[in-house]
Amino acid sequence: MSVLVDKNTRLIVQGITGKTGMFHAEQSLAYGTQVVGGITPGKGGTTILGQVPVFDTVADAVAKTEANASVIFVPPPFAADAIMEAVDAGVPLVICITEGIPVADMIKVKRYIQGSRSRLIGPNCPGVITPKQCRIGIMPGYIHEPGRVGVVSRSGTLTYEAVHQLTTLGLGQTTAIGIGGDPVNGTNFVDCLELFNEDPATEGIIMIGEIGGSAEEDGAAFIKEHVRKPVVGFIAGKSAPPGKRMGHAGAIISGGKGTASAKLDALRDAGVKIADTPSDIGQTMARALA
Amino acid sequence: MKIHEYQAKALLKAEQVPVPLSHVAFTAAEAKQAAADLIAATGNQVVVVKSQIHAGGRGKGRFKEHPELGGVKVVKGADAAAEVAARMIGSTLVTIQTGPEGKVVKGLLIEQGMDIERELYLGATLDRATGRVTVMASTEGGMEIEEVAEHSPEKILRESVDPTVGLMPFQGRKITFGLGLDGAVAKNLHTFLASVVRAYDRLDCSLLEINPLIITKQGEVFALDAKATFDDNALYRHPDIAKLRDPDEEDAAELEAQKYDLSYVNLDGTIGCMVNGAGLAMATMDIIKYFGAEPANFLDVGGGATAEKVTAAFKIITRDPKLKGILVNIFGGIMKCDIIATGVMTAVREVGLQVPLVVRLEGTNVELGKKMLQESGLPITTGDSLRDAAKKIVELTQ
Repeated sequence: MSVLVDKNTRLIVQGITGKTGMFHAEQSLAYGTQVVGGITPGKGGTTILGQVPVFDTVADAVAKTEANASVIFVPPPFAADAIMEAVDAGVPLVICITEGIPVADMIKVKRYIQGSRSRLIGPNCPGVITPKQCRIGIMPGYIHEPGRVGVVSRSGTLTYEAVHQLTTLGLGQTTAIGIGGDPVNGTNFVDCLELFNEDPATEGIIMIGEIGGSAEEDGAAFIKEHVRKPVVGFIAGKSAPPGKRMGHAGAIISGGKGTASAKLDALRDAGVKIADTPSDIGQTMARALA
Repeated sequence: MKIHEYQAKALLKAEQVPVPLSHVAFTAAEAKQAAADLIAATGNQVVVVKSQIHAGGRGKGRFKEHPELGGVKVVKGADAAAEVAARMIGSTLVTIQTGPEGKVVKGLLIEQGMDIERELYLGATLDRATGRVTVMASTEGGMEIEEVAEHSPEKILRESVDPTVGLMPFQGRKITFGLGLDGAVAKNLHTFLASVVRAYDRLDCSLLEINPLIITKQGEVFALDAKATFDDNALYRHPDIAKLRDPDEEDAAELEAQKYDLSYVNLDGTIGCMVNGAGLAMATMDIIKYFGAEPANFLDVGGGATAEKVTAAFKIITRDPKLKGILVNIFGGIMKCDIIATGVMTAVREVGLQVPLVVRLEGTNVELGKKMLQESGLPITTGDSLRDAAKKIVELTQ
């Protein structure tokens, strides 16, 4: 079992003829993902990567391919429109990789998506992967192995770090979800924790957060109330100074809010096992599952 | 991106937000002329001379060269304005936000004196929990909003803005009546509030703060101070605002890093870091601290750590005079470790190395990458894991 994506996921790629979109569509195909179509306005009717049909609109692609997931590699000025197009076409899972979307655009997207049947993951995220079944996004597929642990994270390479350790230790992953580093995003920790909590194959959950906002505190409250599986937490940015944006648009301590220590306190209070360094994430989970 | 008060007020004025009459001045002579013009226009001898630096707390701040002088000074007459301006320009203002080193004042805002009846607070910013803009208002004008939030949170009124309809009139009424205003003043504030929220949206602000907002004895509403910061991701659609960036207010190394699309933040420690990915970069800083040292910087070279980017990053890191060692931590996802190793070796040969360097690579061809670094003849130590690498660089620099 897994969450969000599996071997039955039928993926379309918005921005498939761009450099990044094409590269990662090819990587996903090689991984065994069902990439059933791509969208580039004006290039409908052609094919790409040998076998993938290209459509002008998402609605057209969905009608012809029965796609149930879309991944977005569209440049920032056009990304909000691309997300809304996927939502309008009724795609149940929309994953936006694009980094650098204006906050005002994401505020509109978040409002637009309310009440729709779509779930948005990201933006500014590495994507979602269920090992050996479905890879959507930009993560290196080969570090993943099917297994027992669900991973949810605001950071890309830090997720790879945790995944790599789980694989090396033989624990593997059910699904790994990158929710992204932007201040306004589609899906947060709580939603992913809920999915992993209900997934019988997921025996433990790794939650990787960072400074800024209060999504980790919300996650901690959910864990305390609902989750009985072992949860391992790591928060990046203990040494970050206040008022400075640390790479991710959402990674900033402002007005004394969003500090690593407040998040760690909330997680500890919820019974989450804290990994002191990123190198200890896998071992901490191994001990929790032993 | 931050801008100066005088720039924020010019933008607000263009958005129909009332601001006092003012002129910017960069010399004492310009200050004198500005004050004379204001006095002629208003018939009021009182003018205010305001230091233009990005940091807050200017009024209570003091100049290093003139300990008796604050960053904001009320004077009478153009000659007095010129005299104060001459002392402020080129002097270093220290406020609670500048740090002990202070900031050199280059520009002044010369503003008409106002008949203040009441001071209020008004701010708009993103509420991350709801994913919407929130408007905050308070009777505690002139105080830091964080301080009010901590000591008397009940004094802050908040309204969340639905992006499909904007701030609705009923929300404006909740705020104006909540602040205890009525009649013509309430109407003026209501209009003011709507203009501020519209400006926030149109200019792609990330923070717009009017503190204090003043009500004059005549019942008019003005922005006496204005602080605006902008969403960096949206600057592409505001080239006019992007031009307002003041390089003197920003870290030179951080500006240089932006040219290469590197995300860099200068910090106080001694161990430079180069990492791919923002979360991993923060975690690398944290682990340096965990082993008892302090990071000299945050640096994210991005997902594709190309040789050009790695070289540029090395140049920026090694320029830091407090540097005692460098830790490179790259999780090669799509990019293979031997390619990254080549990039690091090229950068070291080009830039030179005066301090210990520990490199930790992970990913495809990791053994080959390590071997290349070890056999390069360069003074590079390799680490097996992030923990191992961090421990090594801390030991090498102690």
